[in-house]
Amino acid sequence: CARPGSAAMSSGGTLSILRSDSYAELSQYRDQHFRGTRYDQERLLRKSCTLYVGNLSFYTTEEQIHELFGKSGDIKKVIMGLDKVKKTACGFCFVEYYARGDAENAMRYINGTRLDDRIIRTDWDAGFKEGRQYGRGRSGGQVRDEYRQDYDAGRGGYGKIVQCQ
Amino acid sequence: AGQPHKRRRTSEPSEIEERLESLICRVGEKSNSSLESNLEGLAGVLEADLPNYKSKILRILCTVARLLPEKLTVYTTLVGLLNARNYNFGGEFVEAMIRQLKECLKVNMYNEAVHLVRFLSDLVNCHVIAAPSMVAMFENFVSVTQEEDVPQVRCDWYIFAFLSSLPWVGKELYEKKDAEMDRLLSQTESYLKRRQKIHVPMLQVWTADKPHPQEEYLDCLWSQIQKLKKDRWQERHILRPYLAFDSVLCEALQHNLPPFTPPPHTEDSVYPMPRVIFRMFDYTDDPEGPVMPGSHSVERFVIEENLHCIIKSHWKERKTCAAQLLSYPGNNKIPLNYHIVEVIFAELFQLPSPPHIEVMYTTLLIELCKLQPGSLPQVLAQATEMLYMRLDTMNTTCVDRFINWFSHHLSNFQFRWSWEDWSDCLTQDLEKPKPKFVREVLEKCMRLSYHQRIIDIVPASFSVLSPANPVCIYKYGDESNRSLPGYTVALCLTIAIKNKASNDEIFSILKDVPNPNQDDDDGEGFSFNPLKIEVFVQTLLHLAAKSFSHSFSALAKFHEVFKTLAESDEGKLHVLRVVYEVWKNHPQMIAVLVDKMIRTQIVDCAAVANWIFSSELAHDFTRFYIWEILHSTIRKMNKHVLKIHKELEETKARLARQHKRRDSDDDDDDDDRSTDREDGPLEEQIERLQEKVESAQSEQKNLFLVIFQRFIMLLTEHLVRCETGGIDVFTPWYKSCIERLQQIFLQHHQIIQQYMVTLENLLFTAELDHHILAVFQQFCALQA
Repeated sequence: CARPGSAAMSSGGTLSILRSDSYAELSQYRDQHFRGTRYDQERLLRKSCTLYVGNLSFYTTEEQIHELFGKSGDIKKVIMGLDKVKKTACGFCFVEYYARGDAENAMRYINGTRLDDRIIRTDWDAGFKEGRQYGRGRSGGQVRDEYRQDYDAGRGGYGKIVQCQ
Repeated sequence: AGQPHKRRRTSEPSEIEERLESLICRVGEKSNSSLESNLEGLAGVLEADLPNYKSKILRILCTVARLLPEKLTVYTTLVGLLNARNYNFGGEFVEAMIRQLKECLKVNMYNEAVHLVRFLSDLVNCHVIAAPSMVAMFENFVSVTQEEDVPQVRCDWYIFAFLSSLPWVGKELYEKKDAEMDRLLSQTESYLKRRQKIHVPMLQVWTADKPHPQEEYLDCLWSQIQKLKKDRWQERHILRPYLAFDSVLCEALQHNLPPFTPPPHTEDSVYPMPRVIFRMFDYTDDPEGPVMPGSHSVERFVIEENLHCIIKSHWKERKTCAAQLLSYPGNNKIPLNYHIVEVIFAELFQLPSPPHIEVMYTTLLIELCKLQPGSLPQVLAQATEMLYMRLDTMNTTCVDRFINWFSHHLSNFQFRWSWEDWSDCLTQDLEKPKPKFVREVLEKCMRLSYHQRIIDIVPASFSVLSPANPVCIYKYGDESNRSLPGYTVALCLTIAIKNKASNDEIFSILKDVPNPNQDDDDGEGFSFNPLKIEVFVQTLLHLAAKSFSHSFSALAKFHEVFKTLAESDEGKLHVLRVVYEVWKNHPQMIAVLVDKMIRTQIVDCAAVANWIFSSELAHDFTRFYIWEILHSTIRKMNKHVLKIHKELEETKARLARQHKRRDSDDDDDDDDRSTDREDGPLEEQIERLQEKVESAQSEQKNLFLVIFQRFIMLLTEHLVRCETGGIDVFTPWYKSCIERLQQIFLQHHQIIQQYMVTLENLLFTAELDHHILAVFQQFCALQA
């Protein structure tokens, strides 16, 4: 909760070990389809209120996502990721908050926990643009489902490369 | 550490500061040598650095004293060693600490000020500060209780700062100045006896005293200090590295604390609120393991303080936080897992609010379970069982948090739980706390999964508590309903909307709907027409029922129709009623629709408040989702006011900058001047924003007044009915309702403080039933 006048302390702000906030930092991933410079992209990522959420089950609903991600703050919008061909859920989504602080808390406390009994992963997103709700895999889903070898009941079974054998 | 002062000449000053900070903060970490030998080494390094980096070292040590209280004795030892090697440095450090303490008090940083006071008092043990001067400071602290016309919370803080330092330094001070200490303790005792504790019931997690009394924090601390004194100040839990250096330290010259006058009370002073100590475990809960220190032992106090401090330091880093908690020293002498679980629940259930966001605690407990899979889950299960057993006397707000935590936790562990153990709740009235809790948990579990999953995870006997299948109820759905008024229009609307009709087309279809309130109808046909609202909202929501996104799109597309139909207050209320009728099986959908309708200004906050207290919702009045909606509504209102206020402040700042530029007549700022002209007269903007702020603040105040008014009406009705009928007032409904009223006060206390005069004169007057008035009085007592 806010404390009046706590900003200025002549004996110095804080300690770097207490500033550590690794869960809320940018990851190494950069969307290769981003239109703009690396610098622009990182600037947007650093002030973004939007998270990419991955490793969802194909059956996870917008309602479940809203319930879980609502625990870190008020959600502005959930956009479900769709198979480009089938237009059905293909295991990812975007969650946009009104406030960046709420998105940071999702990175700190919801990333790496379970939804529909699957460990989900969240990452900063530069912002939703029309078209980004579609999987970029050749078959219409996500790229990762093209090439994986394992069987995943929540993500259409075997990867496409295995299915086509 | 080598010869760092030779390498330094080639490094940047900030790099050196980073290195010094790292050396100091991480002393003893990841080392094969003992902490003592690491401290000795570090003292040597810092002593050598003093000629060049004294001010940096002073700053770092002061900051560490303020922000790493869990390592208090490590750093007082370090300062002790430095003081022994360099008397002047010791003196400068003490002066810097006093300056920092004064500043903390000036800016209301009272929690950090306590850490500074404790640090100073432990410096007595390290022969840095002379005991008599510390006693003198405490004498000034305790004399604050003699001040007149000051808030009790001010005196409370000074007493707390004094008492809470005694576990560290009581022995030393008593040995040197026993008469003075006895006097201080006696003055403290008489203050504690005369201070008022009206606030306590509002802050207790449980209202029962069994099995563990929920004590006011100063009462508990006083009992702990009294016991410590009885034990001749023998304290064995705190790790004291300075003991190993006694021969060195006792040779050091001590400094006297300068006389410290507590800064006077001002209008801007905001003191910490009183607390109630949360206790759920005692030594009987872990019969196999080490004995848990008793509730009035000073060890218990120190352990809890340190664990709370660790969470405060590392709340952003859940893995580090869990690791630090589990590596708290004394692991084999105390049942650490029990302490950790108790401290975490203490924070989660803290009233008015937890120190950190609720979801943090869920994830922290999961991390702890990962690190201690063989022991922590069992303690957590035991704790859950105990919390369930004591639901009858648990504060409703805390039950909310328990529901949220437990359902979210279960969703991470395949919803595995021994539900049959809780079969006792099946024989109770559904409104009683235990069955109510299980119902709400199952509803929340369903939200995180799906309906069939919940049916599958509970025994068949629990079906009476299972949530409804969250399907939409469309009254015009069946052919059999064709006799309902508006049925044909509903059919018409359905076809039109499916054919992508515009708002205008919808209006023209609705024109034919008769108004049951014939006399209210004006020529335009746009006055409040409940049937129009019913037909339109039912049909639209039914068509958009597939998902949240579909419903939001529908609200957006037909926003104009909504705004027109819901123009009047009755219209807004009726829209909300219809939403409820359609989606009463899906509370989550109701909540997101209400949220969207507020944000798109189809309904306003006051309408939502009135709807919640309406007779149509009486059946659901004690359900959790209703209060989630109300508090979410209040939060939106609060955020709205803050946002406009911020806009106003920013525009005022722009105007000030513009004036400054005009005054300085600087030709280089041509660019700025042109943007100023583009923005239009700022004065006008400020005037508009000022009006907007006032209007928003007025709406905010009105919202709270409506809520309080409705509570008073509802509670008074119940109290009168009970009195005349001769029945006990304290029904489950009453307990829930009165605690929901308390919750409003507690969750929004900062804003409500502004309305005290209005509340006192208009609503919470002396004529009110004492049951209701007590809640208001408890609230007033929080900052008294």
